[in-house]
Amino acid sequence: MSRSATATLVALGVNPASELTETTADHATGRVLPVRGELADLLPWGGLRRGSTVSVGGSTSLLLALLAGATATGCWAAVVGLPHIGVLAAAELGVAVHRLALVPRPGGDPAAVVAALLDGIDLVAVEATRSLSPSLARRLSARARQRKAVLLAFGAWPGADVELQVVGSRWEGLGRGHGKLRDQALTVRASGRGAAARPRTVELDLVGGGRIEFLHSKGELAWVP
Amino acid sequence: MRLLIVWCPDWPVIAAAAAENLLPHIPAAVARGNEITSCSAIARTEGVRRGMRKRQAQERCPELKIFEADPTRDARLFEPVAAAVEELAPGIEVIRPGLIAVAAQGPAGYFEGEENAAERLVDHVAQTTGVEAQVGIADGLFAATKAAHRGVIVARNRSAEFLAPLGIQELTEPDLVDLLRRLGIRTLGAFAQLDERKVADRFGGLAVQAHKNARGLDERPLAKRKPVEDLEVTQHFDPPVERVDQAAFAAKALAERLHAELNERAQACMRLGIHARTEHGEEVHRVWRCAEPLTPKGIADRVRWQLDGWLTNNTLTAGVHLLRLVPEEVIDAAALQLGLWGHDAGAEKAARAFVHVQGLLGPDGVLTPVLGGGRGPEDQVRLVPWGDEKTPRHDPDQPWPGRLNGPSPATVKSQPATLTDAAGQDVVVTGRNDLTGIPHRFALNGGPSLDVAAWSGPWPVDERWWDPETARRAARMQVIAGETAFLLVREDGRWAVEGVYD
Repeated sequence: MSRSATATLVALGVNPASELTETTADHATGRVLPVRGELADLLPWGGLRRGSTVSVGGSTSLLLALLAGATATGCWAAVVGLPHIGVLAAAELGVAVHRLALVPRPGGDPAAVVAALLDGIDLVAVEATRSLSPSLARRLSARARQRKAVLLAFGAWPGADVELQVVGSRWEGLGRGHGKLRDQALTVRASGRGAAARPRTVELDLVGGGRIEFLHSKGELAWVP
Repeated sequence: MRLLIVWCPDWPVIAAAAAENLLPHIPAAVARGNEITSCSAIARTEGVRRGMRKRQAQERCPELKIFEADPTRDARLFEPVAAAVEELAPGIEVIRPGLIAVAAQGPAGYFEGEENAAERLVDHVAQTTGVEAQVGIADGLFAATKAAHRGVIVARNRSAEFLAPLGIQELTEPDLVDLLRRLGIRTLGAFAQLDERKVADRFGGLAVQAHKNARGLDERPLAKRKPVEDLEVTQHFDPPVERVDQAAFAAKALAERLHAELNERAQACMRLGIHARTEHGEEVHRVWRCAEPLTPKGIADRVRWQLDGWLTNNTLTAGVHLLRLVPEEVIDAAALQLGLWGHDAGAEKAARAFVHVQGLLGPDGVLTPVLGGGRGPEDQVRLVPWGDEKTPRHDPDQPWPGRLNGPSPATVKSQPATLTDAAGQDVVVTGRNDLTGIPHRFALNGGPSLDVAAWSGPWPVDERWWDPETARRAARMQVIAGETAFLLVREDGRWAVEGVYD
């Protein structure tokens, strides 16, 4: 294989030597949870690989958007900490909120709560606080790996497989005295281990404000992009 | 909810004795297998008790007549009693043969007082069916049932006091009763005093329900989910159903259909309406209320019992040619305890994890959001403890003029803020909904002052203007300052941030 071809493959995030490599089989066997289309580029696996830890910094919207694809396809998610997340915004970003549970105040031992959730929930988002020491954080990541769950950390997390840091955000639609917020453009710096080792900066438009429709039969909501 | 309960003591024995034309002075009991499950008052005076072995009971009372348990017989013979109660108190719900619930408000209003209503009901049942019944009234199903066992009327909001001195064995979960006894908890009052969180922690979900009961709280929040209007299953019979065995067959098929329909909607039935029409155009219906979500067998049993009751008591003059099942009240299946709904393995695993966390943090530790109507980002979301019924705060079907469209803030947190113009003056929203200045600087919660890059609004919030108590006059704005977008609200002469689009 020529050098340039290898380089192209690496640039595409394909690295056969790494455990983080995305394979079609991973998707087919449900080892990678789906994410919304525009977020697939951020992640080396094109989705959230079960057992991995992904840290998100700088944007609550990005965290909520990462929950959307998986919950919409039947996975369950929980958010630990983050007592002020906008559930409405989550629903507009496509999160199936009837499969979302919030643990806004995890008490004195948040690690026990997160560990309990990792046992049964596909996707656990955790606010990184001081009460979660680096060693506890590593243990929780190991637990996620063992339980085939995805740990989404909001804030710095030692041992994250992928770090997504929002370095710029721009809102479209609002002028000086007119208009309304419409679309959000995020600049995200993705770095990490394995296939994600090479830091990349990705620009993406987060299209929120999806129409929410009430499904009468279930009293639940559907997201209409 | 204030409930009136009509209770017929020892119903299985009364029904069995009536079916076999047993003379009232002969002691009788009903047994399932080898165990006595119910006995008549006369047998009790001879020393027969529930839970005894057949032989032991016969030793104590040699002339005891023992019948085999038969739920169908119980239900069939109960139908005339239910009909008699319904003549005075429409809207009854049969909980099980021998036990009827009805909202106390109706009969109490009609007969001018709860005592009067209770007396009239007991008299009427005795006159029309010859069955002795007792009536109890209290808040909540559990307390009302206990009141009926004692034939008393518990004053409003006094259910907890009424229950407190009762023995712990009044709870229906034998394992829990046994456990609590060994822990030295002998009354419902002592149990009620335990911290709910600790109960959840130590004893699990069933105990939390029992604990709610012991505290005199309703077993279910009253905010009922109205079932979908078009959900019902019907079955035409040609030729009409006239015999009980035909009824059983029809009941089974119809029950499975209803269960499948509910299943598809991820719901379970808690109150089942059974409607029938005959060839002669007679219409009858009856509501069955259940403490637990109905399984296909549970639905089939009740339909069979009810058809049996109608067909054998000459309520109907012809065979049933149309049968209709309507779930009167349903609950979200995902919120149910495990084991009742074994279809979605992911949901089951998730529920187990949530209950585990509730054990660590208390029932309010895990919340699920319910979206509904409303205008502000906070208004439209209600957080309910996991396992509770999911009813939205506001009706989602109403129009909500003034609701902000477009993206909602990802962080919803109210914080004081300032918005000033180039001269450093507070920007004010006038009565005609104009700004007094051009927004120039913005500061969040006493933080650093930021340049306002863009803004829009104000959009008036005129909530409940017709009600001076809850009326809210405010205006919202969107502002971008320091690369972040904020949702601002002006109320009572002050700016506050309602949410951050971060």
